[in-house]
Amino acid sequence: MKKAILLLLAPLLLSAEHPRLVPDVSQRKIDIIYSFTGAELLLFGAILYPGGKAPSDDTQIAVVVKGPSESVLIREKRKIAGIWVNADSSSFRSVPSFYALASSKPISTIVDPRTAVIYELGIDNLQLSPASGGDPAEERRFEEGLVDLKTRGGYYSETSHGVEISEGVLYRARIAVPARVPVGRYTAETFLIEKGRVIAAATRDIDIDKSGVEAFVTRASIDHSFLYGLTAVTLSLLLGGAASAAFQRLRD
Amino acid sequence: MDLYLPIAGLSVNILVIIGLGGLVGLLSGMFGVGGGFLTTPLMIFYGIPPAVAVASSAPQITGASVSGVLAHRHRDGVDYHIGAVLVAGGAIGSLAGGALFRLLQDLGQIDTVVNMMYVLMLGGIGIVMARDAIGALVAEWRGDRPKPAGKRHHPLIAILPFRWRFYRSGLYISPLAPFLLGLATGVMTVLMGVGGGFILVPAMIYLLGMPARVVVGTSLFQILFVTAATTMVHALTTRAVDLVLTALLLIGSVTGAQFGTRIALKMKPEYLRLALAFIVLVVAIRMLLGLTWRPPEIFTVQAL
Repeated sequence: MKKAILLLLAPLLLSAEHPRLVPDVSQRKIDIIYSFTGAELLLFGAILYPGGKAPSDDTQIAVVVKGPSESVLIREKRKIAGIWVNADSSSFRSVPSFYALASSKPISTIVDPRTAVIYELGIDNLQLSPASGGDPAEERRFEEGLVDLKTRGGYYSETSHGVEISEGVLYRARIAVPARVPVGRYTAETFLIEKGRVIAAATRDIDIDKSGVEAFVTRASIDHSFLYGLTAVTLSLLLGGAASAAFQRLRD
Repeated sequence: MDLYLPIAGLSVNILVIIGLGGLVGLLSGMFGVGGGFLTTPLMIFYGIPPAVAVASSAPQITGASVSGVLAHRHRDGVDYHIGAVLVAGGAIGSLAGGALFRLLQDLGQIDTVVNMMYVLMLGGIGIVMARDAIGALVAEWRGDRPKPAGKRHHPLIAILPFRWRFYRSGLYISPLAPFLLGLATGVMTVLMGVGGGFILVPAMIYLLGMPARVVVGTSLFQILFVTAATTMVHALTTRAVDLVLTALLLIGSVTGAQFGTRIALKMKPEYLRLALAFIVLVVAIRMLLGLTWRPPEIFTVQAL
């Protein structure tokens, strides 16, 4: 009986033997204001080793910043009768709007493939949940097209050697957030990796939101769309009239 | 100088956008076209989402037309009577266009249809205008007497019933003709993000037979009201009007429009028409090539 309980508890006891992560991010909230041209997040923290054990050299860190997931429809153009038109389409249910991975060594060399899939480590391991359930080869083609678009747009990135570990205890990584990212709740995940497996993980939330005039304009366009439209029309009439009057005076 | 656009969700260079507005304003003052057929594609090329580009160019065209209408009113260049009929057609057309837009968007064919419309209309109108302007210039160079002006509306227009007298244009035609013309431009304003001036101006000259003196002013008058209505439609349905982007475009275009109007008064109408025909044809050819070349992106993503 005792043996059985010990066996059951074994993972817990073992995990106590593993190092622990104390992570933090430089900003819990990113405000988008008129001069916003992107931001740089600093993800940093410490690795605590149990019982003052000496830090091991093969401990690696990977950090992932992920944006809110969305459902998307992706269309593929094909040449029909000499003209490129949208032909096939496919939809995916959970596509992260932003995904940036930084690791202390190239990610494929520090985790085994199964772990990479489970923790969605690496752009190729994102679970996009195709909704059509069609031909796997076709799904693969759409998935590649989508990931390629996102990567070239700066929404998806992977940086090997993007995490710096000093003395095997402190780590830090910088992740650039481009200006055109969608707003919402982002997560910053930190993974402690040893011998190809994730042995500790921690998550922090980061809110990216518009503030000041930008937030006001966005809210107004949604909550008071009629007044917003009138404002746009009035603004255009006023500016047009003002320019006309000013030039009339110049001419006289 | 970068500025973040709240609705478009990205940063743009202020000077580029103001410059773009200025260029379009210049064209609008010179030719009586809103210039949307240039702004919308250029904004999309700059990276602004297509929906925001189309919706935000509507109020920009309104602003550019105000200063144009006011400038042309000073020299009696607006026929309010025909203008009102055009506006009525345009308002109904923009509602129909809205429904058509949603249908095509669901089918995923909106881009192709819009591009093909651009090619067909710009190409056709450009060729007619260029031929006519060149013909007039050649006749003048040879020393032929210019053809008697005005009152040469298309025979098809004469068939239409209920004729009205439009004094300022010196026309006795059915109001159905300008109404249908307004309707067509209203549909185009919503679908293509254009004011429709590039179809209105030649149609007024070649189909209705309006005197060149009132064509530009009246066309701007119609564009003013139809783009204002379209702005409201977009604000209420697509919510893609970006006030910051609109304001930047407006600053450039209202100034440009004033210079354009002054150039238009100094230039010969034939040269003016030839220049517009040239610009229209260049855009049409570029669009045609765009349809047949392999596009830079095979895949496009739409949020559900």
